[in-house]
Amino acid sequence: MIHSLFLINHSGDIFLEKHWKSVISRSVCDYFFEAKEKAVEPENVPPVLQTPHHYLISIYRDKLFFLAVIQTEVPPLFVIEFLHRLAEMFQDYFGECSEVIIKDNVVVVYELLEEMLDNGFPLATESNVLKEMIRPPNILRTVVNTLTGSSHVGETLPTGTLSTVPWRRAGVKYTNNEAYFDVVEEIDAILDKSGTTVFAEIQGAIEACVKLTGMPDLTLSFMNPRLLDDVSFHPCVRYKRWESERVLSFVPPDGNFTLMTYHVSAQNLVAIPVYVKQSINFFDSGSCGRLDITVGPKQTMGKPVEGLMITIHMPKAVLSANLTATQGNYNYDSSTKVLVWDIGKLNPQKLPNLKGSLSLQAGAPKPEENPSLNINLKIQQLAISGLKVNRLDMYGEKYKPFKGVKYVTKAGKFQVRT
Amino acid sequence: MLDSNKDSLKLEAMKRIVAMIARGKNASDLFPAVVKNVACKNIEVKKLVYVYLVRYAEEQQDLALLSISTFQRGLKDPNQLIRASALRVLSSIRVTIIVPIMMLAIKEAASDMSPYVRKTAAHAIPKLYTLDPEQKDQLIEVIEKLLADKTTLVAGSVVMAFEEVCPERNELIHKNYRKLCNLLIDVEEWGQVVIINMLTRYARTQFLNPNMNETLLEEGDKAFYGSDDEDEDEENDEEKEKKVEAATLVKRKPYVMDPDHRLLLRNTKPLLQSRNAAVVMAVAQLYFHLAPKAEVGVIAKALVRLLRSHSEVQFVVLQNVATMTIKRRGMFEPYLKSFYIRSTDPTQIKVLKLEVLTNLANDTNISTILREFQTYIKSNDKDFVAATIQAIGRCATNIGEVRDTCLNGLVQLLSNRDELVVAESVVVIKKLLQMQPEKHSDIIKHMAKLTDNIQVPMARASILWLIGEYCEHVPRIAPDVLRMMAKSFTNEEDIVKLQIINLAAKLYLTNSKQTKLLTQYVLNLAKYDQNYDIRDRARFIRQLIVPTDKSGALSKYAKKLFLALKPAPVLESPFKDRDHFQLGSLSHLLNAKAGGYQELPEWPEAAPDPSVRNVEVKESVPEWTKCSSREKKKERKSDKPFYSDSEGESGPTESADSESDSASRSESRSGVSEESEEGSESSGSDEDSESEDEDEDEEVEMKKKKKETKITVKDKESEQSSDEEERRKMERKSKPPPPPQKKKKVASASESEEEESESESSQSETDDSESDTEVKKKKKTAVSKPPSKPTKKETKKEPEKKEMSLLDFDDFEPTPSPQSTPVNAYLSNSLVTDLEGLSLTDTVMSPATIATSRSMKSYELLHRITGEGLSVEYCFSRQPFNPDPHMVAVQITFTNSSSSEVKSLHMEDARLQSGMRVKEFPEHEALPAGETATVVMGIDFCDSVQAANFQLCTNTKKFFVSIQPPVGELMTPIFMTENEFKKEQGQLMGMNEVTEKLTLSEKCHNEHAVVQRVTAAANLSRVPCGSDKECSPGIPPPPPPKFPVHRFAGKTVTSGSMVLVTVATREERGAQLMINCEKMLVGAMLVKDIMLALTQ
Repeated sequence: MIHSLFLINHSGDIFLEKHWKSVISRSVCDYFFEAKEKAVEPENVPPVLQTPHHYLISIYRDKLFFLAVIQTEVPPLFVIEFLHRLAEMFQDYFGECSEVIIKDNVVVVYELLEEMLDNGFPLATESNVLKEMIRPPNILRTVVNTLTGSSHVGETLPTGTLSTVPWRRAGVKYTNNEAYFDVVEEIDAILDKSGTTVFAEIQGAIEACVKLTGMPDLTLSFMNPRLLDDVSFHPCVRYKRWESERVLSFVPPDGNFTLMTYHVSAQNLVAIPVYVKQSINFFDSGSCGRLDITVGPKQTMGKPVEGLMITIHMPKAVLSANLTATQGNYNYDSSTKVLVWDIGKLNPQKLPNLKGSLSLQAGAPKPEENPSLNINLKIQQLAISGLKVNRLDMYGEKYKPFKGVKYVTKAGKFQVRT
Repeated sequence: MLDSNKDSLKLEAMKRIVAMIARGKNASDLFPAVVKNVACKNIEVKKLVYVYLVRYAEEQQDLALLSISTFQRGLKDPNQLIRASALRVLSSIRVTIIVPIMMLAIKEAASDMSPYVRKTAAHAIPKLYTLDPEQKDQLIEVIEKLLADKTTLVAGSVVMAFEEVCPERNELIHKNYRKLCNLLIDVEEWGQVVIINMLTRYARTQFLNPNMNETLLEEGDKAFYGSDDEDEDEENDEEKEKKVEAATLVKRKPYVMDPDHRLLLRNTKPLLQSRNAAVVMAVAQLYFHLAPKAEVGVIAKALVRLLRSHSEVQFVVLQNVATMTIKRRGMFEPYLKSFYIRSTDPTQIKVLKLEVLTNLANDTNISTILREFQTYIKSNDKDFVAATIQAIGRCATNIGEVRDTCLNGLVQLLSNRDELVVAESVVVIKKLLQMQPEKHSDIIKHMAKLTDNIQVPMARASILWLIGEYCEHVPRIAPDVLRMMAKSFTNEEDIVKLQIINLAAKLYLTNSKQTKLLTQYVLNLAKYDQNYDIRDRARFIRQLIVPTDKSGALSKYAKKLFLALKPAPVLESPFKDRDHFQLGSLSHLLNAKAGGYQELPEWPEAAPDPSVRNVEVKESVPEWTKCSSREKKKERKSDKPFYSDSEGESGPTESADSESDSASRSESRSGVSEESEEGSESSGSDEDSESEDEDEDEEVEMKKKKKETKITVKDKESEQSSDEEERRKMERKSKPPPPPQKKKKVASASESEEEESESESSQSETDDSESDTEVKKKKKTAVSKPPSKPTKKETKKEPEKKEMSLLDFDDFEPTPSPQSTPVNAYLSNSLVTDLEGLSLTDTVMSPATIATSRSMKSYELLHRITGEGLSVEYCFSRQPFNPDPHMVAVQITFTNSSSSEVKSLHMEDARLQSGMRVKEFPEHEALPAGETATVVMGIDFCDSVQAANFQLCTNTKKFFVSIQPPVGELMTPIFMTENEFKKEQGQLMGMNEVTEKLTLSEKCHNEHAVVQRVTAAANLSRVPCGSDKECSPGIPPPPPPKFPVHRFAGKTVTSGSMVLVTVATREERGAQLMINCEKMLVGAMLVKDIMLALTQ
């Protein structure tokens, strides 16, 4: 399985290595660097590389490369999935996953790695279990630790791995028992030049934050479960109940987790909350271009559109942009060639507009393709698919928990072709 | 600091050391100082010391040994976690000297009480194996032991160990197969991946290809019938039977899925919903490699979902999807749009998506795909544009209709400013033109002009080749191009030079007047080229085309050689044929075998013995007696998958006594006959059923008589009994004759019974009694194995035929017990069909169906008068139709009442509603006057009551006939317990439920009658319920509850939708009928039919 792991930063320095079997020289990464050179963009580095004796499987996340060295046949997704899980675990432990943070907490990281893999095979990957064995650092504890000389390694030994619900530790206690569920939906869409939908679908997730005492058994039901086309669950959800009754029945992990993700099929008409009127032209003569974008609300179900932001990856020839925005502000990064227009809240009375000229590199040929616009937005208190949580029931515990459900719609991969 | 007494200081030191290790710096000098601390009390220090130790032990073996005793102590610790961690570290230390210690520790831990420790032991196995492969045998023993473990915690780890140490040892899996399947859903995700991958390989070796419906011409397997090998496994028998059948009945091999195969598919399916992409992929590849075509589709949705994930996941998934789309295009077609490309996708993802889109392209969606491609061509990402052009080319070659459109589009691209794009277009156009060069000489001309501008060698070479190849289409331009090229020859790339030589040669052959000198010039230039390939080519061509004195024989054929028609290239996907690698594997992704890759085996020709997977059932023979009928039922339930398949006999229950199995089987068969003849004498019948052989003919004879001439029942009875008497005399070897009075009594009993319910099938009861006797038999044979042995062989040869004819006497007295275990009905059915398969070709007309059919209602298909003497009746035999389980078996009886022989009876020209299918009956050669013949055909009614129309043909006449099924015949019974029934019912509420109140007719005085009427109206089986049905016949049944509830279960033949019927009786003959069925129409119609049956 996974033989060794190297963490590599953006500029190509190996800043952490861990070997689960015998030590593999870090020179193996040279093959990776070679590929990285070739790929130009870090996203384009092939995730799987073959070297004479090893296979390198890497992911790129948070400006870091996680590179696993494999010696024998193993499903590549297995490794990729694990590396992502690892990144998520760092995120979970330290709040962010960056080189600095990892370097600062190298001992905790090392202990985590030790626990998560045994001989290259995943051992404990549930955050709940790990946190019991290795406590995440926080400031208060650091102070206490230095005073008392105690450590961040759990004194008591974990029980979670041994219970029937490996994702939940025993003996959880809260004074305020709360369970919050966020239904987050993202619209993935491709609109063509004229604004007609080429492709649209909704991807949703239910993010939960459950802080309940004891071993609660929760049941979450929907008003309209038929909407859901395809679902995937956290391991705690009982498949059988879903199959038969379309309710989510589960013993939740403690804390934050993603209960389920779902997909609302493209067959259903997907409401597109905004429209974009745009014209981007480059002129043959004079090496300049013109840009004019207007955004307006379309199907927002009466809810305000917030956090509106348009990102444009300009062609390489565009040197600078001289634009005026009626609302929000724009920023053109001439090194990455990305134009970002942060609009904020969409005002239906006065539609935001961005207009102006682009100056191109002199002598460079006119770009053939107009750049497409990537749109970000957020609509609070609305699940665009119309999904509604019906009720949440708790069994197995006596107290009355505080329950809350929140809906948010966001733009996912929302692209307008021009 | 490490020598300090204070833990905090030690900790600080260790942290620094670990940080050094993490950064890859060498800290091995500190080894002695660190190792001392291995016994430190502080857990954190200890942990860090472990980290250090594992890292450097290999380099300092001697010193590392100092720490071993600590771990050995740890292995005995009462705390399971300490035991586990000690084992973990111990096994991670790669020092060969401690191999024996490790081995011992692993063995001990493998039988530890704590599953966590056992899991660690499983993890330790591959570690030890890599350290010392010599230990393999011992390790396999441990693996075998751990495989038997029932906890989910261990399962994943031990399978991983199995995969690393001994993946070839399939026999270790056999016994654990079912357990693994059942545990799978609860195993942690990483374990799931490993287990699923392993099971995929395993299933490939153990089961038959579910998609092998193609003809497999068989090799007349007569030998089988001669062989008396008792131990020949059932599956093989099954196979061979099938083959015989295939040759005779249908030209197609019917496939019955092994229940274990089904189990695997069923249990992995929910894992498609896993959040872990690796698990989803594992299930997807399992379905792709193992599932029948019709079922593979379910994975598409899940895979498309993964496309939302991280780009690395997308990359891998798309690779696999690309492979799948080549084989199973239809699966992903609905998700076409999910593969549309965003400008923000990384290039590698874009290219893969293109690949998928290209694979998905067909006549219907090509226009949308091409429109999509058009937008892609404008992209800034030039590699991607090039790939798009390639994709367009492939679409054009695959789909003829759009070839011209594509070509035009590509030609337009020739004026693109980007050279790469143009070059790529040229290459693709060249390939396309090769398919139909005549039409496109203008394009060739256009391209010839491009030689001035295009510098990309590949494109230049392509153009030159095109011009050379089709120089007769562009006679004027070609020499000119050659002239230009000759001028720049020295500056060209090698591939271009080669093409110039080719062009010159071709022109020389077609147009030597104009180009002779030019060719000479080019060849001369080439003669002194630096590249030896080019020099060789020039020399070769010169010899070939320039006539000299000693020119060889070849030069005559020069023209043929150069201007032969070249086949158009086939543009293939690079993903073609990748599926010989297991999908989802590293090897598949790289398209090269990775180290340690286990080949996915081909499907076996014949499935190996399935009984190897049978887990020893604890049941001992006495348990099979009546008094423990509850237990029996349970047993039945657990064996259900076996019985519900037509491989009935191979069930686990019989594995225990496979020796006596066949004997008991033959006995039980004859037992049935005895039974039916002797009616209630069910329990006593076993002793005289040892071996009956010969009188089959008489039986058949008699049967026929019975059919044609309605001999009074009484006569028949007496005949029967006399018949039997004879037989007894003939056959009985050791047993004393049964008392004659008894028989008489029986005869009368059965007579009355027969009179009463001719049309109602008391099949279930008979089967019931059959099974009862079977049970008895088993018990008996287990006791008296030796005596039964000699007869066994004899009976084995022909039991099937006899059995079926004997089954004839089906409709007789039920056993005293009203107990109805419908699974038996099914069992017997499958038994019968098995036997049907076994029977020799001439009996293929399946006497078995005749047997049951007489209790069935028959319908007229062709009246005697319209048929000019040929009358045809049909009835639904309620047998599973063997060649295709989705068909309803329809038994057709021809009676020739005319004076002349009717020849070549067959059917033709079936006109069916969409979706319906018909399996025709084999042509019936001749039907002499006054004779009757019976054939069986299968019709898939698609769960509708629409009629199947077809023509019935004789050598002279054609008759239009139609068969319309009553809704009740569209289902097959299934066995379930009351609880299962209720569970299923719970899922079919609301719209799927129909309730009706009714008043039972007077004839429905007792529950028996109710059951009979319902089962007559619909092919359902009774669900044994509550206490009242569980008692044995010996004990008088307890008084039935006042208002009993009857439940019946079945499923529709085509779609397998559950049909659940509940009849709840009320006071005053009132009753409530409730039907739960997914197919609402079926439910509604069934309600009517059953209402009718119960009220009249």
